[in-house]
Amino acid sequence: MTALLSSTAPGTRDAALSDYALRLGDDSLILGQRLGEWCGHAPALEVDLSVANFGLDLIGQAILFLGIAGTVEDKGRDADRLAFHRDVLAFRNCLLVEQPNGDFARTMARQFLFSTMQVALFDALTHSTDARLAEIAAKAVKEVRYHAELAADWVIRLGDGTEESHGRMVDGFDWCWRFVEEMFDMDETELALASEGIAVDRATLRAGFDARVEDVLREATLPVPAYPRAVRGGRRGHHSEHLGHLLATMQFLPRTYPDAVW
Amino acid sequence: MATAAPLDACAEDRIRAILDTVLDPEIPVVSVVDLGIVRGVRADPPAVLITPTYTGCPATLAIEMMVRAALDAGGFEDVAIETQLSPAWTTDWITERGREQLKAYGIAPPPRGAPSHSLRGTDMVECPRCGSTDTVEVSRFGSTPCKAQWRCTACLEPFDRFKCH
Repeated sequence: MTALLSSTAPGTRDAALSDYALRLGDDSLILGQRLGEWCGHAPALEVDLSVANFGLDLIGQAILFLGIAGTVEDKGRDADRLAFHRDVLAFRNCLLVEQPNGDFARTMARQFLFSTMQVALFDALTHSTDARLAEIAAKAVKEVRYHAELAADWVIRLGDGTEESHGRMVDGFDWCWRFVEEMFDMDETELALASEGIAVDRATLRAGFDARVEDVLREATLPVPAYPRAVRGGRRGHHSEHLGHLLATMQFLPRTYPDAVW
Repeated sequence: MATAAPLDACAEDRIRAILDTVLDPEIPVVSVVDLGIVRGVRADPPAVLITPTYTGCPATLAIEMMVRAALDAGGFEDVAIETQLSPAWTTDWITERGREQLKAYGIAPPPRGAPSHSLRGTDMVECPRCGSTDTVEVSRFGSTPCKAQWRCTACLEPFDRFKCH
């Protein structure tokens, strides 16, 4: 990749940084919203609390990342504006987080894969040369470790559980697996930022991720699925139909009553 | 916005005294100071620096409003409130007094040196009611993001435990 930012105008760097912050923020926002759908429906009260708390942590991260995206973009959009008044094509989250919850096993498979990636990503992002990103990552990584660990516990418990729970866990990973590759994709924007130490080179996280996932799946007596042809496009706004439905629910109130405040 | 005059040492002390009276909205026995949320008072430009416990903690906004109200009531309308993310809050910043207050309130305080501990929390957790260490974790998440749900197998009472963070 030759289009390094150091040789380009500051405006280009700002655009890239704003885009990067949007990606980080949208991943957290959309998964946070998805997890909120479990509230009041989870298999047990403790699980309900856990999943709702994950969602809160993620939405907290989203507020911070989207705040940076808005500040750097400098068009007068704050985190709320970006969350509630953007259309589906302008969202930059990866496809995994927008997938429907499915059953509890699929939700935990998705959470385990995403949180395991996020721990590695945020751990690395604490060294970002952008102090704002670094401090959000340092704060959030402590919370995300909890998510990754609790999700791994459930993967093991269900995978190494009954025939029924094992089967559901296999199905859950089968559903999620095609979205794994996209989480580690690097494009021009991120490569340019990574060359300046602002963004993390996601490719460097892959070996650790694979090792951790294989460890947990082995303990859960689950097969490691073969990587099928990957589905990607979220970072460019090419989303599955599911995201539009999610946004319709999430954005309905602020769009219908634009001046509503808490 | 008009530039506020820098704070003198006396004003800083009064602000600290005011902050001592602002209680956490969800654990209304521990002040924001004892909880380690107040990172400091800056003289110029005058500001109280606070840090969120958890990124998504819904109490963060409530705490800011309460600090604002307390400062205003104390005559410090010009003193700003600034959020400081770094360094990230840790339960190690909860003061000794805060720990005692948590315990008296029925919440097991987190052990010191929390960040170096594994998330598994292999250390013993004392039941805040009967003092037994014969306790088990029921749920990693409790009534708020900062607490886990535990149960004492001696007195059989459930209790909240402040998570290591």
